[in-house]
Amino acid sequence: MSGITITNIRKSFGATRVLHDVSLSIADGEFLTLLGPSGCGKSTLLRILAGLEVQDTGSIEIGGRVVDGVRPKRRDVAMVFQSYALYPHMSVAANIALPLRMRRLSRAQRLPLIGRWLPGSGPVMSGIEVEVSRTAEALGIAHLLNRKPGQLSGGQRQRVAVGRAMVRHPAVFLMDEPLSNLDAKLRVQMRAEIKDLHSRLGVTFVYVTHDQAEAMTLSDRVVVMRDGEMLQVAPPQEIYADPNDIRVAEFLGSPKINMVDATMREPGLVDLAGSALSVACEIAPGSRFTVGIRPEAFQFAEHSGPGVITGSVRMVEHMGSDLFVYFDPCGLQQPLIARLSAERAPHIVTGQTLHVSVRSDQLLVFNRDGRRVRARDVLSAHSSTPVREWA
Amino acid sequence: MSASLNAVSRLAQPAEGVAGKLSSRVSLPRRHSLHEAMWGWALIAPALIFLVVLFFLPVVGVFVIAFSDWQFGASSLSFVGLANFREVIFDEGFRASLINTVVYVAMVVPGTVLAGLLIALLIESSHSCRALYRAVHFLPFMATATAMAISWEALLHPTIGLVNHSLAALGLPVANWLRDETTALPVLAVIGIWQNLGYAMVLFMAGLKSIPLDLYDAADVDGADHWLDRLRTVTIPMLGPVSMFVVIVVALRAFETFDTIQILTQGGPGHSSEMLLFTIYRESFEYLRAGYGAAVAIVFLAIVVALTLLQARSMDKRVHYQ
Repeated sequence: MSGITITNIRKSFGATRVLHDVSLSIADGEFLTLLGPSGCGKSTLLRILAGLEVQDTGSIEIGGRVVDGVRPKRRDVAMVFQSYALYPHMSVAANIALPLRMRRLSRAQRLPLIGRWLPGSGPVMSGIEVEVSRTAEALGIAHLLNRKPGQLSGGQRQRVAVGRAMVRHPAVFLMDEPLSNLDAKLRVQMRAEIKDLHSRLGVTFVYVTHDQAEAMTLSDRVVVMRDGEMLQVAPPQEIYADPNDIRVAEFLGSPKINMVDATMREPGLVDLAGSALSVACEIAPGSRFTVGIRPEAFQFAEHSGPGVITGSVRMVEHMGSDLFVYFDPCGLQQPLIARLSAERAPHIVTGQTLHVSVRSDQLLVFNRDGRRVRARDVLSAHSSTPVREWA
Repeated sequence: MSASLNAVSRLAQPAEGVAGKLSSRVSLPRRHSLHEAMWGWALIAPALIFLVVLFFLPVVGVFVIAFSDWQFGASSLSFVGLANFREVIFDEGFRASLINTVVYVAMVVPGTVLAGLLIALLIESSHSCRALYRAVHFLPFMATATAMAISWEALLHPTIGLVNHSLAALGLPVANWLRDETTALPVLAVIGIWQNLGYAMVLFMAGLKSIPLDLYDAADVDGADHWLDRLRTVTIPMLGPVSMFVVIVVALRAFETFDTIQILTQGGPGHSSEMLLFTIYRESFEYLRAGYGAAVAIVFLAIVVALTLLQARSMDKRVHYQ
């Protein structure tokens, strides 16, 4: 059992608060991703889990054991670094063998030249060699064992780093943006390999990234972080379709979600770009809020009508199966982006008039604080909370 | 001297480059390639002229003198073949000087590298007064060697020197450090280490700063978290290129030691602290035997060049460059 429980972790570097009271529970064998822009505290949280950083307050449990103050090597965790952090002077084999050598051989037995001839070191060393070659074979890098990291490509280095992490069968894998130094094509390939590795090993993975595609494709659950806070913890589909916070909605999805300021005309009916759209939440009439519309929530419509937004096309991007249409809706200051199916939408050209309909269940309503307002929530017209701008 | 040799080979590269370009462009119109060649030579001319005047001509001069019986200041000379070299080989003074030089280098290089690394690690491991410690240790390298040597002479004075006073106060035996055959050379080596220490330290500190912190983190997670393991797994190997540079530079500086000998011991007592550069100086300019001095200079040059090549080659294999 190697679940992780994080309780009320706070961390500051000098006057900068990096983590504000973070609590999270990670199940045994789960693939959890910490997703957020740089500086959101996700890497710091991972380093606290590894024991490379010490939290100011709070507690970490790994596999039911409190590990606060326990050194990294005694936590039964392995880490893959963004830079891979391979030892450049050692061969691939020596890099992968190092965690085992450090644990199984005494300091004297690790001495160069004479260490090999000390009593008891022979069998341990050959055992390590066997495990190293087994790991290398599993990762397809057996032919590279005698090379130095400097002679390897990015993808190969990444595999060596993974090999060094998995050779001692840790209970938890910590990965700090392991794919960010690879080119786009290789990244997709290595993403699939990491997914495969997780299902083969079945151990807990905590994965840090700022790439939403990695988070969406790999994870069982995603934690969206911003400014040292966890905004939402949920499976990828839910994070995308049902965001809790305007920042979560804006961080995920490409092209970015459309955010439009709107006013409630009457209960269940919202004024948007000159058109009345029905929304499934009870907000007091007259109150102002923000509506989020995913680009793919728009559907091409032949004519204007109730619930249809009309505008003139500013730019069209052909993406193969889809069209990204940028249009200026009548009565709205900002352009919107619609992602329309290339099959269903006929030939659309710049300057033409476009009609699009929106399904009401795909409208995401956020209050002036950026919090999501769901079907049952009621937003007072005279909210006492301070008003923030979400321009 | 070999430092300037390195400079020669580095400066010679553009010339080779130009020549290479010319030969690969034979098929181009003749006027074009001629124009390019003119430009090439014009661009390397300043460096080439200085090199020829300041380096190649003097070296040729030394070779010519080494095969002659020229006395410094004499208006005529005659060639004597290898006589000077024969004399050098069978001269006990030269042999003592050569052995002293090798022993001195063998004491100064490891002493400087180890002490420099130790002090760099100590300074890096603490956060307070770094700049002060750095400056204190770097001062001997910056200061005029002659002035420092005179200070050392005062410290090592047999009757009024601080060193002997301190030793006597502690009840330890005292010595006439610079006038004793057994202590003169080791004392010069200690002064040599003291002079070069700061230089090695500054280079090691720069090297330490350039080690990626990720490697230490990886070592922590991998279980190499004892200071000795961190040193062996990350620090020492990652300092490889810097160490190689320090070893070569300190070795060359040690070979070229002159000022401390001239001021403190004059090579004595006997030949016990005489080293090659001092021998060259004394033979050429004190005894005015320029031919003999030039022969020693050629032997010295050969040794230094050979050592530099050997060192660079053997250490290159074990040094990792990122």
